[in-house]
Amino acid sequence: MTLHVAVDRDVCISAGRCLATAPDVFDQDDEEGLALVVRQPTGDEEKLVRKAEYLCPAAAIHLSN
Amino acid sequence: MSAAPPYPQKRTCPYEPPEGYRAIGEQGPVLKVTLYDGRESWIVTGYKESREILTHPNLSSQRTHPGFPIVAPRFKSGIARSLALIAMDPPVHDTYRRYLNPHFSLRQVRKMRPEIEQVVDGFVDKIVETGPPADLISLLAIPLPSLVICRHLGVPFSDHEFFQDASGKVMLGTGEESATAAQSLVDYLEALTADQIANPTDGLLGTLVRERVQTGDMGHDELVSIALVLLIAAHETTSSSLALGIITLLEHPDQLALLLDDIDRLPAAIEEILRFVATTDLVATRVAKGDIEIAGHHIREGDAVLVSGTLANRDTAVHNEADTFDILREDPHHVTFGFGIHQCLGQNLARLELEVAMKALFTRLPKLRLAKPVSELPILGSGTVQRVLELPVEW
Repeated sequence: MTLHVAVDRDVCISAGRCLATAPDVFDQDDEEGLALVVRQPTGDEEKLVRKAEYLCPAAAIHLSN
Repeated sequence: MSAAPPYPQKRTCPYEPPEGYRAIGEQGPVLKVTLYDGRESWIVTGYKESREILTHPNLSSQRTHPGFPIVAPRFKSGIARSLALIAMDPPVHDTYRRYLNPHFSLRQVRKMRPEIEQVVDGFVDKIVETGPPADLISLLAIPLPSLVICRHLGVPFSDHEFFQDASGKVMLGTGEESATAAQSLVDYLEALTADQIANPTDGLLGTLVRERVQTGDMGHDELVSIALVLLIAAHETTSSSLALGIITLLEHPDQLALLLDDIDRLPAAIEEILRFVATTDLVATRVAKGDIEIAGHHIREGDAVLVSGTLANRDTAVHNEADTFDILREDPHHVTFGFGIHQCLGQNLARLELEVAMKALFTRLPKLRLAKPVSELPILGSGTVQRVLELPVEW
């Protein structure tokens, strides 16, 4: 079962830890500077995405199976 | 039971915790300490517990609250107690933060790299031209963050010199010089903001005028307050992290050699520097606006709360050999930029400045070394940013 990632833009504070950690999965938009999910992670990226979730200061990253 | 130990304490080495912190860490992850004015405060020294308390809804940044801890005399001032964002709780904090987020996001900051590289090259040219011994504080660590934030805010080029001089005096001057320089910066920002409102230019201040002042979201005073906090927050922390980071690398030649072997290790090395050096010592001063249960302790409404970055970053519960400086460490996690909604707005700009400056310095001057033993470098900063006043180097 692969991991499903969602970002809560209402609580995101643009810290950018997700984009720095898993750049193929996360990005930030230009207008608000908030995180967005570019695409769902592959199996190989699971560890990086879990790390991004851990580093997010605003608990904006939600993972589900 | 022994009395609550004093906190903060003065470092004797710019990058190592004071001797007295060992015992405080051992009594953690949550304990009481005595502040310089004799009052008591809770302090969180555990890494996990720091993350927990910094995201607790009852932790408040309201510096006007009578229970708010004052950790050093300079934090008694009206300016320090009313800083935009830093001294605010939601919902106002969150509104301001959203105004600024797009201008400090990682994506936005990455666009600033070529400009910062150009600025740094100019500073390194000047260092080479000066010849050894050259003082990296006055030639790099102070002017770099000053110039970068000036350009980002949109300070006219003709005022850069005043800006650098005044910000240098705020940081390095005597008490009186520092207060006079701070006032001159506030006066300057008042006038600059009025100019920008009348005639907005391309920088961040002009952009905020177009995006937020002309729309009626904020007025002149709020924009001055934001400009001031961006300026203060950008300078001292970045400047000191750069200086202390360079010293730490020079004092750990095996680690510097690993870095020079593969300069692509620099971003990871910078995370380890941020962890190890913990430039601000305290990453949070707060007051409880309701009760907080943490690690078996009951923090009551109105109690003062501190978070020690120095100790949380070296928590042995999360880091193996936490007191070892290891740039290849797999997860150099730290709370140097804080955690929760107040986590540093400028963190990505700070990282970029550190990276560009260290890369240029160590690749152009690979034989760089201290011109004085580290024990002879003058240091300052109990309860505030840890600073060295002078950093003479040879190559």
